[in-house]
Amino acid sequence: MKMLNQQEAKAVCDKVMALSKADECRVQISGNRRGNIRYARNSVSTAGLVENTQLTVSVAFGKRQGTASVNEFDDKSLEKAVRRAEEVARLAPENPEFVPAIKTQLYKSSNTYSAATAAIDPEYRAEVAAQSINSARKKGLVAAGFFSDTTGFETVANSNGVFGYQTLTNLGFTVTTRTEDGRGSGWVTRSANDAAKFDAREASDVAIEKALKSVDAKALEPGRYTVILEPAATSEIIGRMFGAFDARQADEGRSFLSKKGGGNRLGEKLFDEQVNLWADPWNADVPVLAWDNASMLARERTDVIKGGKIESLDYTDYWAQKQGKRAFGRHGNMIMSGGGKSTEELIASTKKGVLVTRTWYIRMVDPQSLLLTGLTRDGTFYIENGKIKHPIKNFRFNESPVTMLNNIDELGKPVVIGGDEVRFQMMIPPMKVRDFNFTSLSDAV
Amino acid sequence: MERRSFLKVGAAAGGSLLIPVFGNAIAAEELLNPMAVQFKKSLADAAMNAATKAGASYCDVRIGRYLNQFITTRDLNVENIVNTESSGVGVRVIAGGAYGFCSTNIMTMDSVAEAARQAVAIAKANAKLQTEPVQLAPVRGVGEVAWATPFKKDWRTVPIKEKAEMLIAANKAGMDAGANFMQSMLFQVNQQKYFASTDGSYIDQDMHRLWSPLTATAVDKATNRFRTRDGLSSPVSMGYEFFDAKPENKFKAAGGVTTLYKGAHDLIEDARAAGRQAKEKLTAKSVEPGKYDLVLSPEHLFLTIHESVGHATELDRVLGYEANYAGTSFATLDKWQSKKFKYGSERVNFVADRTTPGSLACVGYDDEGVPAKRWDIIKDGILVNYQATRDQAHVIGEKESHGCSYADSWSSVQFQRMPNVSLQAGKKPLTPDDMIKDVKKGIYILGRGSFSIDQQRYNFQFGGQLYFEIKNGKITNPLEDVAYQSNTQEFWNACSALCDERDWRMGGSFFDGKGQPSQVSCVSHGSPTTRFNGINVINTARKIG
Repeated sequence: MKMLNQQEAKAVCDKVMALSKADECRVQISGNRRGNIRYARNSVSTAGLVENTQLTVSVAFGKRQGTASVNEFDDKSLEKAVRRAEEVARLAPENPEFVPAIKTQLYKSSNTYSAATAAIDPEYRAEVAAQSINSARKKGLVAAGFFSDTTGFETVANSNGVFGYQTLTNLGFTVTTRTEDGRGSGWVTRSANDAAKFDAREASDVAIEKALKSVDAKALEPGRYTVILEPAATSEIIGRMFGAFDARQADEGRSFLSKKGGGNRLGEKLFDEQVNLWADPWNADVPVLAWDNASMLARERTDVIKGGKIESLDYTDYWAQKQGKRAFGRHGNMIMSGGGKSTEELIASTKKGVLVTRTWYIRMVDPQSLLLTGLTRDGTFYIENGKIKHPIKNFRFNESPVTMLNNIDELGKPVVIGGDEVRFQMMIPPMKVRDFNFTSLSDAV
Repeated sequence: MERRSFLKVGAAAGGSLLIPVFGNAIAAEELLNPMAVQFKKSLADAAMNAATKAGASYCDVRIGRYLNQFITTRDLNVENIVNTESSGVGVRVIAGGAYGFCSTNIMTMDSVAEAARQAVAIAKANAKLQTEPVQLAPVRGVGEVAWATPFKKDWRTVPIKEKAEMLIAANKAGMDAGANFMQSMLFQVNQQKYFASTDGSYIDQDMHRLWSPLTATAVDKATNRFRTRDGLSSPVSMGYEFFDAKPENKFKAAGGVTTLYKGAHDLIEDARAAGRQAKEKLTAKSVEPGKYDLVLSPEHLFLTIHESVGHATELDRVLGYEANYAGTSFATLDKWQSKKFKYGSERVNFVADRTTPGSLACVGYDDEGVPAKRWDIIKDGILVNYQATRDQAHVIGEKESHGCSYADSWSSVQFQRMPNVSLQAGKKPLTPDDMIKDVKKGIYILGRGSFSIDQQRYNFQFGGQLYFEIKNGKITNPLEDVAYQSNTQEFWNACSALCDERDWRMGGSFFDGKGQPSQVSCVSHGSPTTRFNGINVINTARKIG
């Protein structure tokens, strides 16, 4: 199916809702064209173009509800989806936690579309790979990278009059450059909505420099160190913490935000006062949809942590009503304030420490304390008297983001960072953190 | 690497859509009505003709119809039931010595032909950067054939009421046994995959998979502590008869600490045990860090195998194709070529096998049309082979592919994914209870917990669900806050005993992530209960503000 414009998307939503005999109907359509190019060993390994559009319909008879999704849009398929959802709903008992379809929302659109990104074609992608490969080859390095671009639209609608339509674009780039003997490795990531803000050569040069500098890494004893964490090194550590900001989990006693004896820790100061984090769908650097697809609720600019205090928690419709709170759309981005210094300036003010380029394979060890484990990768360096002294072997860490955000020495200038395993678009600063807990060494390069 | 992107399918339609459902299967007659084979053949021919005409030297076409049903429950409520259907066509070509790929969800002759032409155009653009042409190992065309997962009971025909009642009964059993909260889910997957290639194959396959994860949570509000215990079952490739557990499918873990399952699962019984054990974990003794002999149950060990052997012996990682994402491998070609690289102790034998019945990676043919097979990876502790696809076989001097190609969707390009990689049972009779008799200071670990390994599959850290202290040959008391750290080679060389075939069973994952764009595949790993001597155990308890 081709990309739907607003009128076409509305027509499909109206058609689906007209087909439904249920008391209420909710429709979501996601369509996109995704192009990519992947290279390794200084040569393109795969490239592709994927187009798909998917419709999800959910209907309710009273408090009985059913859901179905399809990716075919002929009249017969649309009816099939509606009938499947209705068949489920008719068989359902009343759900005690059912929340009726929301009323009309004000979706203040955000700037999520860039014509420059939408115009990306196979030649552009091949040129990105060529620039990156050629830069690496000139330095005798081996490049493995991935560039992808997405152009799409999102639509939500319900039988209470909700309707939202927005187009969006995005691109992401990562490249690892390694020395031919495998003793050095560097990496970089870039993310943007607008292709005009992306420069493959500049990004590739960062990875190249890291690879060349990381050869002959020395072993440093595991232990607690002052670390300078580049934004890519903390994006997933912080991103995973927000999964535990669910109000219901906290109220029920199964979250790090649960209070002893019952209730949650909203309003308590749990982090260093330099920690300020918020969500803002209209941020010019990390714009996201003005609504949350799952709930269809409008998103709002929301402080999450302010001056180190827990400023807000995430409420579903049901839990908000039960607790007498107001629900709004689940966040799509996370922005953290910082200072004006670059990573290099943070290094310059460090007497002894460790610079971490990237963290890897982060997993929850204990949800009670949010203890996470993971490793450093692709450029870990020892800092002495304000300068990088030599590369060091990679570490495994066991650390909680709560502890980490209590041990902040200094924050640098925030940058846009694409998370790999977190659902947020992020803009976060490099951080200088005390007593970061490295528990073992890794020989992996 | 394990990921949860598969869950997004359910989550996207979920969120506030909290749905309890009791009733019959949804449109079962329609779900059971597959696309006509002759129509799929016509589409495939249209794509292959267009690709060839546009200059492709090779073309394969995958036509997929993917039907999933997810049921999620929380305590005594069914939260959500989602039925998803996705279908489309993916066309891969070689032109000018380079790959190109394009996919479309429009199932018409014109659309697939256009996708084929687009794939050729992409290949030609890539060819400019190609250092050496793609070299495919030969595959004999098999003509028109079909393969299906063997099963007795089709999940698509089981009434939703029956499924939901089973999950709710499990939650109730867990709560009655001590859990404050229960969550259980049922993932049901049917992949209808049609593969055709210019080698002369037209392969129609029908795969079925199931998984019923559960989590029991116990909370002590007075101390502000909470603990969870996940289910001890594994995902399988079989029919709904998986839930008809009979006495022969159940047995006691060492020391009788819990009930384990093989070939079927009693969800309600497992949930009851989970509820009780989650509560017991609140007061379990915190482990003293140090060196221990670890006795690892297959429900736990499968994930350690997956990360430290399964991924480490993927040839694409060894060669550098995953360098930017999932990483490379310490098991480099020179180690394999030496024919004496001691991956593990002499009792360690690993076999790759896509033919094991009930295993998640069991298929008739891979996504390049290569018949499923079985081969040695580690023999008597020595690295002897890797996992390869058609374009990699020549690198290791093989004349045919291992059949390791897989794509998670019609819209994803196929690439190297691991088959079931399993540790073979010990040759001498040995039960888990016998094994523990020889342990002076050890820990018995069951169930999958946290897991993390470095990008060359060397340094790792694993936790579990249940831990029991072993002192002087006897299981004494439950432990908490346990994780073990090691590196792959040291760990497998520390393998000191394997239980025999009677104790061999498979664990598995629905969410093995790899590649860019990232794809998930599902895979099983079998093993017996196995002992490792002198492994470093850390205490994971922490206090925060």
